[in-house]
Amino acid sequence: MANNASGGHLPHDMHPLGPVILKSTALTKHYGGVYALNDANFEIRKGEHVAIMGDNGAGKSTFVRQITAVEQRTSGTIWFDGRDVEFEGPLEARKAGIETVFQTLALADDLDVPDNLFLGREITRWNFLGPFRRLDYKAMRAKTLEGLEKTAVKIPNINNTIRNMSGGQRQCVAIARTATFHSKLTIMDEPTAALGVQETAQVENIIRTLKEAGEPLILISHNMRQVMDLVDRIVVFRRGRIVANLKKEETDGEDVVSYITGARTQPEYEVGAT
Amino acid sequence: MAETSQGTGGLKFDRNKRTWPNEANVFIALILLIGLFELIGHYRVGQSMLFDFNTNRDGTILNMARIRIIILQVSIIGIIALGVTQVIITGGIDLSSGSVVGMTAMIAMSFALTAEVNGNPNGRAIFLSEVDGQMVPTPWLHDLPVMVPILVGLLIGILAGFINGVFIAYTGIPPFIATLGMMVSARGVANWWSEGNPVSFPTDQYTALANGNLLDTLTFGLFSESWAMQEVFDGQNPAVFFILLAILFHFIMKHTIYGKHTYAIGSNEDAARMSGINVNRQKVLVYAIAGMLAGFAAILLTSKNLTAQSGMGLIYELDAIAMAVIGGVSLSGGRGSILGTVLGAMIFGIIISGFTYLRLDAFYQEIVKGMIIVGAVVLDQWRQRRASNR
Repeated sequence: MANNASGGHLPHDMHPLGPVILKSTALTKHYGGVYALNDANFEIRKGEHVAIMGDNGAGKSTFVRQITAVEQRTSGTIWFDGRDVEFEGPLEARKAGIETVFQTLALADDLDVPDNLFLGREITRWNFLGPFRRLDYKAMRAKTLEGLEKTAVKIPNINNTIRNMSGGQRQCVAIARTATFHSKLTIMDEPTAALGVQETAQVENIIRTLKEAGEPLILISHNMRQVMDLVDRIVVFRRGRIVANLKKEETDGEDVVSYITGARTQPEYEVGAT
Repeated sequence: MAETSQGTGGLKFDRNKRTWPNEANVFIALILLIGLFELIGHYRVGQSMLFDFNTNRDGTILNMARIRIIILQVSIIGIIALGVTQVIITGGIDLSSGSVVGMTAMIAMSFALTAEVNGNPNGRAIFLSEVDGQMVPTPWLHDLPVMVPILVGLLIGILAGFINGVFIAYTGIPPFIATLGMMVSARGVANWWSEGNPVSFPTDQYTALANGNLLDTLTFGLFSESWAMQEVFDGQNPAVFFILLAILFHFIMKHTIYGKHTYAIGSNEDAARMSGINVNRQKVLVYAIAGMLAGFAAILLTSKNLTAQSGMGLIYELDAIAMAVIGGVSLSGGRGSILGTVLGAMIFGIIISGFTYLRLDAFYQEIVKGMIIVGAVVLDQWRQRRASNR
C-alpha cells in the first residue's frame, strides 16, 4: 500500500500534533509545457497549522487547487483522512471535509450570511419537490449563529447582504463557513491580503481559535509576522517546487526569505531546484 | 471617530448600512407618478385618472373602467415579465419572449379551433384533410379538450426556453446572442406556420380562459353576487392569472432552493459554481420557465383576442424587460424581486394609460417609455456604485 510510505497514520503514531490528515506524494501539474507544480511531497497533521510561502507564481495556489480539486492534477497522489482520494471537483473535496477560503472570496454579494454559509448545501424541507424544495431558513440561521460563535466572529446583523459588509466581515463569513461544517482540514489562501490592521487581527484571532480547537489549517500568506505568529511549520515553494520545510522554532524571517528568493535550498530538495 | 465597536477586531455596526427594501422605493415612485398624473390631469383634462367622485358608477369612488383596462394591459406582458425577471436575476437577458409569444400563439391556437363556424367549415383552420374531394378541418384535430392547446402552448414555450438555456449554459455564448437568435427564429416559425395567415375561431372553453371569471370558478360560485366578483374580476382572467403566478413565483424565488440558486448565480457565478451549485442545469431551468411563462401569456393573449396572428407579441420582450428594470431588477444580476416587477408592471401600466388620459399622442408614450427604461438602468448603476463605495 502506498499509504504505508507516509508512516504518519500508523496506529502507534504518537506525534504530539496527532496523526497525518493530508499527504501529497509527487503532486505535479502542467499547463501545457509549463510545470506550475512539480513533485510536491507535503503532509499535515491533525492539530497542525502549516504555512505555505513563496513568491508570486511559485506554485502555492496551484498546489491548493490540486488539493481542493478545483483543477485536476497531472500526476501524483493525494491521501486524505485515511484513503487515497480522487476528487472530481471542489464540491466532492468539500464533502470529504476540505474547506477552502479562497483568495477571491467565494461569496455571493447579494445574499445574506446564512445564505452564503449554506450556499450549495442548503437545509431544506419538502424535499419531494426537487429543485423547488423549501429552504429551512430557521435551521440555517440557528446553525449560522452556532458557527459564528464557534469562531468567535461577531457580525451585528446576519441578515445583511454581504454587499453591505466590510472586507473583514466578509472574510469572517468565509471563515465561519468552515467552522459551521466541521471540516477536517481548512485551507486559507491569503485571508488577510485585503484587510486593514484591525480586521487582520480579527481574522488572526479566528485562526488561533481554530488552533485551540485542534483543527488543521493550511495558510497561504505573504505576511511573515503573521506566519511566525500563527503556524507550527512553514513550507516554502519556489518555481513550482517545494524548497524548504521549516519548523517555526528552528527558523526566522530572514531564513525563510532566503529560501523564498532562491538564495538557499534545503539539501533534501536540491534535485531540480533552481 | 465615534464608532460603536461590537465584538473583537473592530467589526462595527453601522445603522446607515441597514437595508431599506428597494421595493419600497419602487412603490413610492408608483405613488408619486400617480400623483403627478392626477395633478397634470386636473389642470389639463379637468377630471381624475383613477378616481370618480361624481357618478359613483361602479359603486365605488374608483374609476373602475380605467383601472380594469390598466390591469388588463399589463397583466399579459406582466406574466412574461415574471419569467424575464428570473432570467435577469441570473445575470442573463431574454430577448426572445415576444417572438416566443408569436410562435406559441400560432401553434397552440391551431389546436384550439372549432371545426365548424356557424355551420360552415372553419376557414381559418390549419390542419386540413381531404373529404369527398374537399379540404376540410381534420375532425380529430378540432374541438379538442382545452387542456390540449394549453399543454401544446406550454411545451412550445418550454422548448424555446430550453434551447435558449442549453446554448447559454453549455456553449458559453452570451444570453444576448442566444436569445436574439431565438427571437428571429421563433418569429420565423410563427410566420411559416400558416404562411402569415391568422388562425381563428377557438372553442368556447378556450375562449373562456381569458374572458371568463376564473376566481368565480375557483370559489365554486360562492361569491358570484359580490361586488368584487362582478366589477373587479369578471373578464379579468389575465390579471387573476398574473397575480396568482406572481404569488407563486414570489414564494419560489424567496423560499425555495431554485430561487436561492438563481440569486446566487447572478450574484457571483464563480462562487455558486465553487459552492457546488449545478450552474448550467439551473440556467437551463430558469430559461425554460421563462419560456413556459411566455407560452402561457400567448395562450391568454389568443384566448382574449379569439385569434392568433404571427405578429403577436411584437416587442413584448422589451416591455417585459422594462417592467423588471423599472421594478428594480438589476441588469447585472443578483438583485430584484417578483414583487418589484409587479410594481414595475403597475408603473408601466400607469404610464401608458396616463398618456392616453392626458390625451397625449401615442408617440410620446414610446419616447417616454424608452427614456424611463434607460433612466431605471442608470439609477440602478448609480445605486450599485454608491453601495460599493461606502
